[in-house]
Amino acid sequence: MNAQTTTGQTASARPERKVPPTSVRGAAMRGVVARPGHEAIEAKGWLRAHKWLLLRRASQLGILALFLAGPWFGWWIVKGNLSSSLTLGVLPLTDPFLIAQQLAAGQWPYREALLGGGIVLAFYLLLGGRLFCSWVCPVNLVTDAAAWLRRRLGLKGGKAPAGSTRHWLFGFVLVIAAVTGSLAWEWVNPVSMLHRGLIFGFGLAWGIVGGIFLYDLLIAPRGWCGHLCPQGAFYALLGRVSLVKVSADKRRDCNDCMDCFAVCPEPQVIRPALKGVGQDHPLILDAECTTCGRCVDVCGKDVFRITTRFNRSES
Amino acid sequence: MNDTVKSTTRAAAGAPSPRRRFLKDAAGVAGGAGLLALGAGIYAKQASALPATAIRPPGALAEADFLAACVRCGLCVRDCPYDTLKLAELGDGVATGTPYFLARDIPCEMCEDIPCVVACPSGALDRALTDIGEARMGLAVLIDQENCLNFLGLRCDVCYRVCPVIDKAITLERMHNPRSDRHAMLLPTVHSEHCTGCGKCEKSCVLPGESAIKVLPIKLAQGSRAEHYLRGWEEKDAAGESLIGEQLELPVRGLEDKAYGDTRVRPGEGPQAPAVPDYAPARPPGGGLDSGWKP
Repeated sequence: MNAQTTTGQTASARPERKVPPTSVRGAAMRGVVARPGHEAIEAKGWLRAHKWLLLRRASQLGILALFLAGPWFGWWIVKGNLSSSLTLGVLPLTDPFLIAQQLAAGQWPYREALLGGGIVLAFYLLLGGRLFCSWVCPVNLVTDAAAWLRRRLGLKGGKAPAGSTRHWLFGFVLVIAAVTGSLAWEWVNPVSMLHRGLIFGFGLAWGIVGGIFLYDLLIAPRGWCGHLCPQGAFYALLGRVSLVKVSADKRRDCNDCMDCFAVCPEPQVIRPALKGVGQDHPLILDAECTTCGRCVDVCGKDVFRITTRFNRSES
Repeated sequence: MNDTVKSTTRAAAGAPSPRRRFLKDAAGVAGGAGLLALGAGIYAKQASALPATAIRPPGALAEADFLAACVRCGLCVRDCPYDTLKLAELGDGVATGTPYFLARDIPCEMCEDIPCVVACPSGALDRALTDIGEARMGLAVLIDQENCLNFLGLRCDVCYRVCPVIDKAITLERMHNPRSDRHAMLLPTVHSEHCTGCGKCEKSCVLPGESAIKVLPIKLAQGSRAEHYLRGWEEKDAAGESLIGEQLELPVRGLEDKAYGDTRVRPGEGPQAPAVPDYAPARPPGGGLDSGWKP
């Protein structure tokens, strides 16, 4: 009720309040496994209901393909891996998360790495910190698969650590780098390990990737990306000022089906914008939002869209 | 006012205040994250020991600094024209994702332009290295003198022949072969001031399995120099004269006409032993070989 008064809406003002039967809430009422996004497919067609998901997969796999084209086919467009790379022999790109660790460990990198780190830093500062997580990071494919399977199997509950664990972990990663004088986190970092493994060979790193999949599937819902990953926490820091944001600009059409909450990798970021809790504009400004656009896809009412942080309009 | 009343009632009921609960939760989360990071740190420290056969690329910083600088991007691996370098995979025993090579598999070909060093963006490979001859990836050690063919008296010489710094980093030292007592042995001998640790000797050793000559990390291959022990001959060269002055020359009886220190004596020379009457063993009575002795 409180939420409705802050947004200045009443239940009677909404055009449609019928909860769709296969949505999370509708399925819960009928006691069956929910199929979030099902209404969106019926309302918008399969393609439009998967638009951002397909674009995101194309981005993730395309970036991976650029890295793999060299070792597999000898087309050396990009050399290296996500930790540091050289594109077409001129453009250096370096993960600023690694440079932060390196500086904490007391080493000063060469100009190429600093320049490359600066370019990447500027990109994510400008466009959106956790765009890395949803559009680039290969672990996203693994944890999305675990989340999908969890929804399909109707697995409920589980025990995830607090969401702030990752921020503490990021701090401690730097502390440990300084104390040991080495990039200690890179011994176990699944993010760089998976990407490097795909390009240079895995060894036993499959175990760590499989462990994350099983952890997310069986123990902690969205446990790795949403609660533990310090690299994601680092990119969330950059997302505090970035431009590209999701807006619930047609939130008055919301029929409370809860599908967006079911598919969102960081569901706590939706409520303030959608329900006007603690803010009156419909923008999702929380830096934890990965701007994956899945909420845009699964909403049968087209409540969400991707826009800039300056667009606070509501329709 | 209202707040105070509420908190006091809560305190009276035994429930923790919001601030205390927040601090407790934060401490729990921070503790968990700290433990995770600590685990990673301890594992990293424990796993940072490099196997003796894993050789870092040319120009690599000292191992501790290398592990702080290398971002595990593999650009050095990509620019190695001979596929010598590889990135360690989890389980290889080398810090995951860092570059190394095994000399017995593919040794370093010592490219003049050192492309691996040029490619490194992180500073883990030092660009101050511009002459590959100055590289010190490790030090070759002829570690098995029992199976080395040259030590057995044969003329294998392969490690010597393939050495890119032949006659400087590896020389053949001629020694007397005490087994046959009439041949020479030519022993491959490594000199640390020229050996780059490229590993071509280890790769080409003709022994079927393990090589008799191996490139080891310099720390393993060399002892520490005894700084307290002054090498008299070096000091003498540096000072132009012996530090303890000229040695007193005392005559040796019987060798007065020879150079000081020359004690070689030809038959008939030198002091003579006192004359001994010719000795002949007593012959058994009766002659012949059979002494007739019975127990």
